[in-house]
Amino acid sequence: MKVLVIAEHDNGQLKAETSKVVNAAVKVASSIEVLVAGHNVSEAAVSASEIDGVAKVHVVDSAAFEHQLAENTADLVVEISGGYSHIFASASTTGKNILPRVAALLDTSQISEIIDVIDSDTFKRPIYAGNAIATVKSLDALKVLTVRASAFDSQAQQSPCEVETLSFDVTNTLSEFVSIEQTESERPELNAAPVVISGGRGMQNGENFALLNGIADKLGAAIGASRAAVDAGFVPNDMQVGQTGKIVAPDLYIAVGISGAIQHLAGMKDSKVIVAINKDPDAPIFQVADYGLVGDLFDMLPELESAL
Amino acid sequence: MKVLVPIKRVIDYNVKARVKPDNTDVDLTNVKMAMNPFCEIAIEEAIRLKEAGNASEVIAVSIGDKACQEQLRTALALGADKAIHIQTDAKLESLHIAKLLAKLVEQQQPELVILGKQSIDSDNNQTGQMLAALTKRSQGTFASKVVVESGKVQVTREVDGGLQTVSLSLPAVVTTDLRLNEPRYASLPNIMKAKRKPLETIEASTLDVDLTPRVELIKVEEPSKRESGVIVESVSELVTKLKTEAKVIS
Ligand SMILES: Cc1cc2nc3c(=O)[nH]c(=O)nc-3n(C[C@H](O)[C@H](O)[C@H](O)COP(=O)(O)OP(=O)(O)OC[C@H]3O[C@@H](n4cnc5c(N)ncnc54)[C@H](O)[C@@H]3O)c2cc1C
Repeated sequence: MKVLVIAEHDNGQLKAETSKVVNAAVKVASSIEVLVAGHNVSEAAVSASEIDGVAKVHVVDSAAFEHQLAENTADLVVEISGGYSHIFASASTTGKNILPRVAALLDTSQISEIIDVIDSDTFKRPIYAGNAIATVKSLDALKVLTVRASAFDSQAQQSPCEVETLSFDVTNTLSEFVSIEQTESERPELNAAPVVISGGRGMQNGENFALLNGIADKLGAAIGASRAAVDAGFVPNDMQVGQTGKIVAPDLYIAVGISGAIQHLAGMKDSKVIVAINKDPDAPIFQVADYGLVGDLFDMLPELESAL
Repeated sequence: MKVLVPIKRVIDYNVKARVKPDNTDVDLTNVKMAMNPFCEIAIEEAIRLKEAGNASEVIAVSIGDKACQEQLRTALALGADKAIHIQTDAKLESLHIAKLLAKLVEQQQPELVILGKQSIDSDNNQTGQMLAALTKRSQGTFASKVVVESGKVQVTREVDGGLQTVSLSLPAVVTTDLRLNEPRYASLPNIMKAKRKPLETIEASTLDVDLTPRVELIKVEEPSKRESGVIVESVSELVTKLKTEAKVIS
């Protein structure tokens, strides 16, 4: 058995998720190879070669893959898929976009967002916004699956393995990249941060999110949000935590002015320690919180910042 | 331009799913069902395209047992022109659904297929991408903005790092994210009118798709419960507990 892991990267750098996907892959098979497809990805490829357990890294470096559009990236993965028993990718927006296309082209049923590996064809995955955990067995010869990175540990480092450059000619006549509006932030990424502090509708507006900054600075935290806060335009979409946003499992999650709807809980309830700050003592968020603080966030946040 | 909108009947999003005591599946008996929220957004977008003069016809399709006709009627009440029910009692995977839809796409030749990015029951997030692959179409997933212009559709996508805009050649497949639009409610007169709109039923077995299961559901369990926490009286008590008890900050 041999696993192909599709690397998660932003061309410049390999994302931490890749190491976690490899961690899931080593539970399935002893032979693991990584595909890094992008543009100017040599540094990312070296990082991939240093993940413990990786036997070989395939690099496709071409402007055609700069934006990892699904149409040609899926064709590339299909092209090199021969000989693998499993294809893994992170359940990021990139993985979710590309991998089902790969699965359909290879006529295999994808298993999405696994959180545990039972054996080489049996996996656990959350369904119904995480209110149930399904154990599913793939009956397909080739298994294609996405991995919820937050459910796996990072792999240790190794001395670099072989890196092989492939050339693959592709013309993507179906789609074209137009632009990217990147959210710039000095903070750690939501799904990699040890501490996450999220604001909800209770924050009232975007300016008030500044109240979270000082705390986040002191804790080295990433800042997240509920859907209500994103929908209301307080903060950008990529800050949404939940069933349909980002799934996080930090050591500490602080929910501020968030009621705790099922869909929000789906994205954070596997955090190690949960703190909730809410003025409503009956808010459902308190049912999952290890430490609840009932009160007005506009009093509590400045107090918290100075107490840290 | 013809627009096809596949929709799914799922548990109402306000209802918390319960696992059956024998761990075979989730218990849906007597549970309130509704149109998957992302599918509502897809229908809304298709209707807006029609209202803006960019679409000529909106066809809603649902695959499942007879009960999903209720959601097709809702789609008609919201403004779809006609509905197609692909009838089957089988438990289908995204790949099967995509294959059945691909057959329908072949028959109907819609320039645009708009579907929800995921259904809130199986949370798979696969069908649109698979349909695009099987019909060799471009795909614009997780759309927060859709603009149709001469032979192309521009889709702004919600991605992990922000917003990515791509230009797709038509025909295309688009999947909806939460912020694409705010779906309307069906008015009473439109609900009445919907009863007279055409709803065609096709037996899935006539579409020549192999529906053999590829994934076996072994068991379904409750997620592990969190130990109940405590209410602290003050910020300083919180900070002390986080430092000395939880040891997550120093
Ligand atoms: C298909 C679908 C997918 C969804 N996906 C997601 C998702 O991924 N992520 C997500 O978060 N949601 C998601 N939702 C939305 C979810 O159902 C809730 O609507 C949302 O999480 C509510 O956000 P909120 O808690 O910020 O707002 P509210 O529910 O309005 O809660 C605001 C809270 O703030 C408290 N508050 C107000 N003022 C103060 C104050 N001064 N001090 C202290 N507390 C205060 C209130 O007591 C209240 O509890 C989804 C919904 C659907 C239908």
